[in-house]
Amino acid sequence: MDMDDVPTQQRNKLPDHLERQRTRVTCKADAPTHTQGFQYSGAFAAMGVDNSVSVEKFCNSFKIKINRLTEDDMEFDMIGVDASIANAFRRILIAEVPTMAIEKVFMVDNTSVIADEVLSHRLGLIPLDADPRLFDHISDDVPNERNTIVYKLHVSCEKGSQRLTVKSGQLEWLPEGSQLLMASAAQGEKQKTYTSFGQSQKNISGRSIGVKYKDITIARLGPGQAIELEAHAVKGVGKVHAKWSPVATAWYRMLPEVVLLKEIKDGEAEELVKKCPVNVFDIEDLGNGAKRAVVARPRACTLCRECVMGPTGEQVELRRVRDHFIFTIESTGALPPEVLFTEAVKILEEKCERVISELS
Amino acid sequence: MPPVMPGPDAVAAEGDPDALPVPTYRSLAAPVRRPVDKFELLPAFLKVRGLVKEHIDSFNYFITKGIKNIVQANNRIEARSDPSIYLRYKDIRVGEPSVQVDFRVETITPHFCRLTDRTYSAPVIVDIEYTVGKTHVVHRKPNFIIGYMPIMLRSYACVLNGKDEAELARYGECPLDPGGYFVVKGNEKVILIQEQLSKNRIIIDTDNKKRVIASVTSSTHEVKSKTVIVMDKEKIYLQLNQFTKPIPIIVVMKAMGIQSDQEIVQMVGRDPRYGDLLYLSIQECASERIYTQQQALQYMDDKVMFPGPGNVKEGRSKTLLRDVFVAHVPVENGNFREKCIYTAVMLRRMLDAILNSDTFDDKDYVGNKRLELSGQLVSLLFEDLFKTMNSFAVDRMNKNSDMARSSPLDFSQLIMQQDLITTGLERAISTGNWDIKRFKMHRKGVSQVLSRLSYMASLGYMTRITPQFEKTRKTSGPRALQPSQWGMLCPCDTPEGEACGLTKNLALLTHVTTDQEEGPLMNLCYSLGVEKLSLLSGEEIHAPGSFLVMFNGLILGKHRQPQRFAKSMRTFRQSGKIGEFVSIFVNEKQHCIHIASDGGRVCRPLIIADKGRSRVKEHHMKELRDGVRSFDDFLRDGLIEYLDVNEENNALIALYEHLDQDDVQRSSITHIEIEPMTILGVVAGLIPYPHHNQSPRNTYQCAMGKQAMGNIAYNQLFRADSLLYLLVYAQRPLLTTKTIELVGYDKLGAGQNATVAVMSYSGYDIEDAIVMNKSSLDRGFGRCIAMKKYTVTTEKYANGTISDRIAKPQRDKDGALIKQNMRALDEDGFVAPGQIIRNHDIYVNKQTPKAIPKTPGTTLTDRDYKDSPAVYKGVDGETTVVDRVMLCSDTNDKLTIKCIIRHTRRPEVGDKFSSRHGQKGVCGTIVQQEDFPFSERGICPDLIMNPHGFPSRMTIGKMIELLGGKAGVSCGRFHYGSAFGESSGNADHVDDISHTLVKHGFSYNGKDFLYSGILGHPLEAYIFMGPIYYQKLKHMVLDKMHARASGPRVLLTRQPTEGRSRDGGLRLGEMERDCLIAYGASMLIFERLLLSSDPYQVQVCRKCGLLGYYNYKLKTSFCSMCKNGENMAKMRMPYACKLLFQELQSMNVVPRLKLTEG
Ligand code: SF4
Repeated sequence: MDMDDVPTQQRNKLPDHLERQRTRVTCKADAPTHTQGFQYSGAFAAMGVDNSVSVEKFCNSFKIKINRLTEDDMEFDMIGVDASIANAFRRILIAEVPTMAIEKVFMVDNTSVIADEVLSHRLGLIPLDADPRLFDHISDDVPNERNTIVYKLHVSCEKGSQRLTVKSGQLEWLPEGSQLLMASAAQGEKQKTYTSFGQSQKNISGRSIGVKYKDITIARLGPGQAIELEAHAVKGVGKVHAKWSPVATAWYRMLPEVVLLKEIKDGEAEELVKKCPVNVFDIEDLGNGAKRAVVARPRACTLCRECVMGPTGEQVELRRVRDHFIFTIESTGALPPEVLFTEAVKILEEKCERVISELS
Repeated sequence: MPPVMPGPDAVAAEGDPDALPVPTYRSLAAPVRRPVDKFELLPAFLKVRGLVKEHIDSFNYFITKGIKNIVQANNRIEARSDPSIYLRYKDIRVGEPSVQVDFRVETITPHFCRLTDRTYSAPVIVDIEYTVGKTHVVHRKPNFIIGYMPIMLRSYACVLNGKDEAELARYGECPLDPGGYFVVKGNEKVILIQEQLSKNRIIIDTDNKKRVIASVTSSTHEVKSKTVIVMDKEKIYLQLNQFTKPIPIIVVMKAMGIQSDQEIVQMVGRDPRYGDLLYLSIQECASERIYTQQQALQYMDDKVMFPGPGNVKEGRSKTLLRDVFVAHVPVENGNFREKCIYTAVMLRRMLDAILNSDTFDDKDYVGNKRLELSGQLVSLLFEDLFKTMNSFAVDRMNKNSDMARSSPLDFSQLIMQQDLITTGLERAISTGNWDIKRFKMHRKGVSQVLSRLSYMASLGYMTRITPQFEKTRKTSGPRALQPSQWGMLCPCDTPEGEACGLTKNLALLTHVTTDQEEGPLMNLCYSLGVEKLSLLSGEEIHAPGSFLVMFNGLILGKHRQPQRFAKSMRTFRQSGKIGEFVSIFVNEKQHCIHIASDGGRVCRPLIIADKGRSRVKEHHMKELRDGVRSFDDFLRDGLIEYLDVNEENNALIALYEHLDQDDVQRSSITHIEIEPMTILGVVAGLIPYPHHNQSPRNTYQCAMGKQAMGNIAYNQLFRADSLLYLLVYAQRPLLTTKTIELVGYDKLGAGQNATVAVMSYSGYDIEDAIVMNKSSLDRGFGRCIAMKKYTVTTEKYANGTISDRIAKPQRDKDGALIKQNMRALDEDGFVAPGQIIRNHDIYVNKQTPKAIPKTPGTTLTDRDYKDSPAVYKGVDGETTVVDRVMLCSDTNDKLTIKCIIRHTRRPEVGDKFSSRHGQKGVCGTIVQQEDFPFSERGICPDLIMNPHGFPSRMTIGKMIELLGGKAGVSCGRFHYGSAFGESSGNADHVDDISHTLVKHGFSYNGKDFLYSGILGHPLEAYIFMGPIYYQKLKHMVLDKMHARASGPRVLLTRQPTEGRSRDGGLRLGEMERDCLIAYGASMLIFERLLLSSDPYQVQVCRKCGLLGYYNYKLKTSFCSMCKNGENMAKMRMPYACKLLFQELQSMNVVPRLKLTEG
């Protein structure tokens, strides 16, 4: 760049290449560049460009667009935030939004080949169809209807019959609490169970609290084997154990931007179109048999970098928009994905408030 | 010549049309355009052969033929006093595995024996015929049991032989278990394959003084001897242990009846150079004035080492010559001619070696090796025991015959007097000590406990070959990879360290031969035109153009048309007229044809090719696939044959059928490999793409694959191993090999497919450490079960009238347990299955009688017992669960209680993991999933490996495994990575893998665009990420971690105990002490070596310098030497030091302490 250009440059606007560095991640064939962006508010002060974060700016540019929403997963675009914010949501979704999961298993009988601990572990990982917002975290270990969901599993395989597969659907919800009697009750007293429910959980939930998927294999029983157990589910967060994570996974990717630096024509164009496994490029007919490659579906780009390799490599540039996130949430089923996100927002809010209150 | 490949040969051919094209790597290795897919032969081969057929075959040979031969050879025993009293063995056989319980015979299964600590053995049954007393009445007794013999699993005598999967399951046996081992006292014992130098063969070598020697180790049923002919100062001598001095070889020849020197030279060969070399020896003989046989024998008699009884040396040397000198060459009717010729051949080979050093034999050459298998070893043992039993019987008979008895003794009562055979066999196999004086055999560690750490470990044990030589030798020769090992012994699978290269493993297709009958083969040779030795003069033996025919080390004769002879022999073999394992080897250099039918040779099957064209055609393979043709049919139809190492030298073996039809070289190809990957063994076979790895990495993996946790057998949960590690969710590798499928590793995997990101993360990944994802661990990655067996036996006292008892857990009147550590007990006094058991809990509430009552028959009351409970020693804070409690009575009828305690562990920092490429590493840190990087598709790796693991290790195979695994998960097909499999379609090409990756939207190089989990922005590099099969190794922190502040001390020295198991201290050793001295940290040394170790206060007499004592009554210290307490001083010293002084004093050495005021 010539020095003469500088005065002629517009105020409050960065030159193209800097603007690109600021707002885009460029994915070269060998490595991505400018991945971190510019954090410092005064990074471009010399050029009169303000790089600071402000609520106002955020409010103006922030947008959310939902692309897909089903019962279990959703995809939405989150536009106009920094990667750190998007990442905070992702992290909270994975680790801090609470759910219910089986934590304690009372084995009465287990003659199957699967060991007690392994069986319990498997039970723990079964997603429950319980709204965690209705429950409290269990404190000082008194299980009651507000913090514990009790399930029973009692299956046996008759002698002489076929092998039996125990599915998660066979877990039976006990809204009235545990049915197992504590071993050592002092004389005269009423026999206590392992929970002390004040009321039926049916009153709390309104619907039955089952498991989300009824076809998860828990164990296999051979003839003459049986499992009898009671499982207690409590509230927890994914940080402690992955079974409490409300999402199978939640992640984002930055919006792909595929740019043809030069016009790619005819044979080369066709080659380019063929190269892309997800059909990002299309051919535009220019008439007279002339053809030109155009970028038709940049969103689909999986960054396989086929197009930036080989002869056309120099003409194509792959970029990612730094403040545009395609966010995907795959719920395990306890809460619908959109609710999960709002929960995550609430948790972030809480955290911010805590920081603020600590600071003041 | 195809125009596509203008290799160097093409250029040569164009330049000079007459020149033979040089065979290039390409021309030999290039596959045919449409190759016959010979791979199917492998499963077919393994189906008929099993993985450990060599063990089973050799044992089968023993119990069907060998045992009969032994008994045949010693079938009559008779009283010395009266030969008419005799016993004759008419037949011998091995029955069905069974035990005798109270005169009832119960058949037993191997699994029953494993669980009840019994020996899986079968009765050895004989039919006998004997006389009773002097009446000469012949009695016959069929089905007489002379002992019990441990039975190899899956051998003919085993109940599992020929059973299908369902039946095996009913016997509690794993169908994938290869068998080939014994169950002795509940332990699984393998008799390892022993490697030996081949017997009865001439080996030309140099001794440690660099002299040329020719040695023969002769071994026949009767004698074993070693004959050495040595060239010393240009004269040739015979060395035999029985002679005090080396005997000039010409004297020996004369002693064997050759009178003229000319004949000797003729026998060696007409070449004047031989004469020159022999000249000095002949002269020496002449200078000793030995001209006749008589003189020669006399000369030798003087040199005999141990003159026989009565110091009669006369005739000794002739006996020695007949029985010891090259003992395997027979002397018929005192005719020494065969021995003479044999000696002459030895001489000739020796002189050849002197003239041309190329003809030295290589001791490490696999063709000169014989493998001794379990059958042979058990056979030796049995022969010894059988003979001992018979001689015992004879001794007894002789002793008893003098005495007058009411009922006359007969041999049938004597032979089974002690269970000599039963205990002898059992003891040898269970201890591994083969001490057989009769055969001068003293070997230790012949049998070993079969490792059941993983399925691979047990398979690896079965194919292991242990060396003969002591391991301490630093020589590199025997350790080096021999070219002749190709295809026979695995080039990868050898341990590191002292046994490196000495302990070897069989390759996948190797077969070890068993003995074959010699008589018919010899006759066949003669009828094929071998001229008998006895008909030949010395001159004729080495006539040019004719070859000597050697049969199992014996000289059979000579043949004038060696190639034709060899060809017709081979044709006989291919058509199944003679055994398939007979080897016919034409040694052009030595002008010999070697025919071998002896046991212990390694051989392997190869496809026969006619002028480069494979005899196995597509239609054969189709028949095989359709199940109408088995592997044996291929052998019978002459499509495939076994070649041993020697015969391989006569073959030109191509990897694949030849591409170039006009190639001159083509016509000389005689055989084609079945599959090149079979040069590797079973354990090395599970490495994907091993041919892309640096070779030591494959060796490391072979060692580590045996330590990987996984599933060990289908019956693993019903076994009672003393330590069993299982992986909870073991998987089958995404990137498999054909070997994996052949050996069943895909069914009993030992590892999990982990998504690995190769990147640096957190600094806790230095030195090969790996970073693990906590959520993956939460979901079950690397979770394992460790099961430990605790055995309690209730002892019996006073001839079994009293025994230990198991008591109920004692409770107070409220029903609460008296002792808290009884909480895991059930009401019967055993721990309850499913119960959580903690450190210090009792698992068997045993009680022993306080004293054995004097009067027998008294009943003991509760008070006569004292508690001797079995207390569980576990790790505090870990939850362990009782898995099973098993009760059984052992062979001595004592109650044995086996408690199996299970511990489920999740990986923790410090646990050891490894991929299949010798890349081990410990878990460096465990990181939350949200902190882990994630890809554009939301994939989050299970573990992160540092890229520094690659450059120095050069494990390209691992990278390809990652790519292949990634392609595999995206397209839903297991990819293959068999060794050298790319050209035959048994391994996927990297190109194809990359194509698949691109098709599914990944980068061709497997590198993904990852976002940082902590900061949220993309990472500044593309990360190589994909699934790699990871093994969890048995080394876990929980079993090793150890720390101690203070604790137990040794009784004798009062110093802290040693070792983790005794909660010992950590030693501050000499070198550490040296450091502290050098640094000057004297107080630290003082503290470490005295205060924290064994401080002790002593009273020292200042006058005499000896130790005194403190008299507590008088409250003074006292010197017992000076008899007063006047000059006593107090001081501290290590207790061990005080002990030393006292010990010295007890030896009459006076250590005196000189004290000065400090
Ligand atoms: S990177 Fe791959 S997916 Fe993206 S546009 Fe290029 S070829 Fe298509």
